[in-house]
Amino acid sequence: MHSEPQRLYRPLAAVPRLRWLRTALVFGIAGWSGFYVMAVELLSGRLMAPSFGSSIYVWGGIITVFMLALSLGYLLGGQLSLRAPSLRKLGLILAAAGLSTLPVLLFGDAMLDFLFERVSDPRYGTLLASTALFFVPTVISGMVSPYAIRLLVRQLSASGKSAGSLYFVSTFGSAAGTLMTSFYLVLWFEVNQIYAGLIATSLLLGALALPFDEVVDA
Amino acid sequence: MLRTATASLLALLGLSAEARVLHTEKSLYRNITVLEENGERCMRFGRVASSRQTCLRLTQPDQLVFDYTRMMLGALYLQPQPRDILVVGLGGGTLPMTLRKLYPQARIDTVEIDPAVTRIASRFFGFQPDAAMTVAEEDGRVFVKRQLKQGRKYELVMLDAFDHDYIPEHLLTREFLLEVRGILAPRGVLAANTFSSSKLYQHESATYAAVFGDFYNLQTRSRVILLRQGGLPARGELEANAARLEKALPYYGVSQDWLLPLFKLSARDWPASTRVLTDQYAPSNLLNAM
Repeated sequence: MHSEPQRLYRPLAAVPRLRWLRTALVFGIAGWSGFYVMAVELLSGRLMAPSFGSSIYVWGGIITVFMLALSLGYLLGGQLSLRAPSLRKLGLILAAAGLSTLPVLLFGDAMLDFLFERVSDPRYGTLLASTALFFVPTVISGMVSPYAIRLLVRQLSASGKSAGSLYFVSTFGSAAGTLMTSFYLVLWFEVNQIYAGLIATSLLLGALALPFDEVVDA
Repeated sequence: MLRTATASLLALLGLSAEARVLHTEKSLYRNITVLEENGERCMRFGRVASSRQTCLRLTQPDQLVFDYTRMMLGALYLQPQPRDILVVGLGGGTLPMTLRKLYPQARIDTVEIDPAVTRIASRFFGFQPDAAMTVAEEDGRVFVKRQLKQGRKYELVMLDAFDHDYIPEHLLTREFLLEVRGILAPRGVLAANTFSSSKLYQHESATYAAVFGDFYNLQTRSRVILLRQGGLPARGELEANAARLEKALPYYGVSQDWLLPLFKLSARDWPASTRVLTDQYAPSNLLNAM
């Protein structure tokens, strides 16, 4: 393990009064990431429908890609948490997931047209389109949970409890994201407006974590 | 006592006591029931009494049972000699079969997403595809988009893919209607089976008007939109076509005395601020529930 340079000042998060804020941010980021993934996934069905329809296999293709990406993200997030984990980095992961969704807004339609022209079977069309547009942001989103658990765990005996609360918050976020998107957001906004709002929120939450750069070494 | 209770329970479910269920099936998309009652054989989706998809009068199978199918045939008043026809949404196959009998030479493409519906249409409703009447088993939007890329044109397009309580939202957007407009031949006609009530009425109207301008708005309890590429005909042309078809159509239960008065120009009876439905904004099912 590498060692951090000796600091001459107390990191912000080390101030006892801010400890609750630090924990709240870890949970907030994990919960938001759960919200984000489900909102993005539901809306991706909307993007696919004009080119590939809304048959059951279109949803099958979308869900497959999201699950594969998440599984890979869990692995990578766990690996990354071995090296000097900090809340700042968690914030950067969240922001990166948001930024990597931008191509959906910028090139989504062009990509879908391109694939519609070349892939006549809507099953493989959906699989390719969701991979091209959503694989990277979803891998990065998958990194959030294991990384956040690393930040929460203080002692081995309570690690299961930390993981449990983290799963609770992130899956609760997913439920909220699913409900809000399908019941209300699509009624109020356009799909791309919702995507833009989701990305902006991720960047904002990520930025809030930037001051907390102390490395957790417990 | 028990019998009355059973009967009222059945009535609640929308089944009369004599209803005879011929077939039930859980398809990929829905539950389908075929049943016979009051001399009619019907296909139903789901369990709601009002969701009858197709009905066939057993003694007069060629007579159209529903107002909306009769109004859909009103499209022929705008284009009495269609050679290339597209029907999106098969149901029991009533529309394509009627068109086949009226136009033995026409090329009729049908699109149906649910293979079970196609099977049931053939087995229980006398639907018979032929060399010039084929069924594409796929999503209507994908089919239309492909025809557009290939430069295919139709003189008549019928949209009948909606059912009472579920709308494929990507088939009711400005972008989809633009694609449909793209496959309409120069004086090609579009007939759409749509919604007569709920908040969706205004959004749907605004969307059709945004793409096509004026349209005929035929309403009974059902609602059918009829329009023609390049503008609606003069009343005289409509009446002349109706008179021409008066030899053939009454056999199917469609008479000009009933149908012609229903041809009303859309009165723009929706607020000017109504939001047009697009691929970006298409909460049609939510709006339909309001």
